[in-house]
Amino acid sequence: MTVREREMQEILRLKDIVKCYRLGGQEQVVLDNVNLTICRGDFIAILGPSGAGKSTLMNIIGCLDVPTGGRYILGGRDVAAMTEAQLARVRNREIGFVFQSFQLLPRLNALENVELPLIYAGLPRRRRRELALAVLERVGLQDKVYNYPNQLSGGQQQRVAIARSLVTDPALILADEPTGALDQKTGQQIMALFQELNADGRTVVVITHDAQVAGYARKILRIVDGRLFPGEVDLAGQREHIDVLG
Amino acid sequence: MSWANIVNNKLRSALTMLGIVIGVASIIALITIVQGATGAITDEISSLGANILTVQARGTPLKPGLSANDLDRLEAIADVRGVSPTISGYVSVSHRDKVLEAMVQGKNELYFRERPVQISAGRAFNALDVDGANRVAVIGSDIARELFYGQNPLGRSLRIGGSTYTVVGLLAPSGGFALGSTNKAVFIPYTAAMKTLGVRTVSSVEVHMADVARADEIIGQVEAVLLESFNYREQAYSIFNMQDALDVMKDVTRILSLLLAGIASISLVVGGIGIMNMMLVSVTERTTEIGLRKALGAEPVQIQIQFLTESVILSLGGGLAGIVMGLLIACAGSWFIGIPFRFSATTVIAAVGFSAAVGVLFGWMPARKASRLNPIDALRHV
Repeated sequence: MTVREREMQEILRLKDIVKCYRLGGQEQVVLDNVNLTICRGDFIAILGPSGAGKSTLMNIIGCLDVPTGGRYILGGRDVAAMTEAQLARVRNREIGFVFQSFQLLPRLNALENVELPLIYAGLPRRRRRELALAVLERVGLQDKVYNYPNQLSGGQQQRVAIARSLVTDPALILADEPTGALDQKTGQQIMALFQELNADGRTVVVITHDAQVAGYARKILRIVDGRLFPGEVDLAGQREHIDVLG
Repeated sequence: MSWANIVNNKLRSALTMLGIVIGVASIIALITIVQGATGAITDEISSLGANILTVQARGTPLKPGLSANDLDRLEAIADVRGVSPTISGYVSVSHRDKVLEAMVQGKNELYFRERPVQISAGRAFNALDVDGANRVAVIGSDIARELFYGQNPLGRSLRIGGSTYTVVGLLAPSGGFALGSTNKAVFIPYTAAMKTLGVRTVSSVEVHMADVARADEIIGQVEAVLLESFNYREQAYSIFNMQDALDVMKDVTRILSLLLAGIASISLVVGGIGIMNMMLVSVTERTTEIGLRKALGAEPVQIQIQFLTESVILSLGGGLAGIVMGLLIACAGSWFIGIPFRFSATTVIAAVGFSAAVGVLFGWMPARKASRLNPIDALRHV
């Protein structure tokens, strides 16, 4: 792929991103000059132990947080220049979130949960229903659409959440520890689903501390102490590292 | 969305609404009852005629009241349709062995023409009866029942004071709230009354105006007659205009209504604070939900509208329940006091508006707080 082709395929670019927090009067650098480019069709795993800055990185990519320094270009626009309402629009249209704890609203059934982003996109009821049913079918829950979250297993709940992230047809699906609340087998099924979605042409970024989960991705990046290291990872070493942190 | 949350917290929502319900119900009940009562009174006054001037003559030591000549001069004023003197007194009235004290009123024939009194049997007395001081009487329904129980009173004799009268007419039972009913009254020609009650002059006269629009001019001329008659002593008489009384009455009741509404509004404010409190709790409880909604693309204004809608639904629901409750209380209260129940659409519309306004006013701060939550902090809040 030429440089020019890559630019055309580019969804977002983080350039020298720095994020600092003030904790008890002490400046703490959580992200230290992070550079990252995500292109259409990527399936990237960002792997790192807890406290390495994974969540902060995800919040910045997801436009939930703003960096202290550096530039974040999303879809050709500088995120720093956007208003609160524009950021909300970006979160609605460009990014689909999948959380560790599913984050489904317990009072709404699966279908209504999936429709939620479309309400904020301003779609009419009939169109919302149509799109929501289609993505629920895609994740294999066509016979559970009227079930409430407490009537679904953990794996099914995470499928609902994935359906919700897909429903606005976003440029990027951002998953934060998507298997963290699931048993190993269910976790594997969820990761297989992400793989399928990527094979369909979706761009997926998974943030995890679990090297085995990261193994499903096509590209793994490591984050250690707020620094992002591209390239191959010594899976065995990483696992040992996790075990030690345990 | 707003609706779902209210339904899912039924008890809490109901208790929160209760404050608004009580506030609105008390406003509606108080205003409806006050308006019903004042409406009944003003209706009665205006049915008696806003075209009537009542002249009360206290007189002077030399001239205790109005003479027949004075009455003629009053009647001669332009645009005066007629004058109706009143001679009244509590005297004993009897038929055979039955005796009772009754309000005996000496009137002229005009009284039965101008007033909404209805003869149910027999006839009213006429100009001939008045001119001839005939001893004829028209009696109220209570008097008829008590003195002539079981028999037709028409044509029977009735002793009033020391004289014997003949009953010629019977009045239909009347309601009457403010100015007393005619059920316990006995009407006789005023000329006869002067003899029976032993008075030589008239101290009370109603002047019936043909044209209310010219009331001020007529009052001026009536005053001129009275001044001359009583040798220019202003204290000797007073003129009471029904329309003035009506205007004063309306002012008083308007102020009274506002005052009562003001007091009841305090409970509405307390109810509003209750809503604000519940909304603040709700925002805190649903921090994660707010964070999620923001992550899914809700703009701050959309979050604000969601919570504002919720508080308006609460206060409006409370308001509607309060209206129903208030009207029921007013209905029962009116019945208990004995005044007509009057439904006022204006009051109901105002109550709906007020409760919606309370929802917006007291929901604003919690809704704003929700809309300003930082999505990351909100999502982390478990």
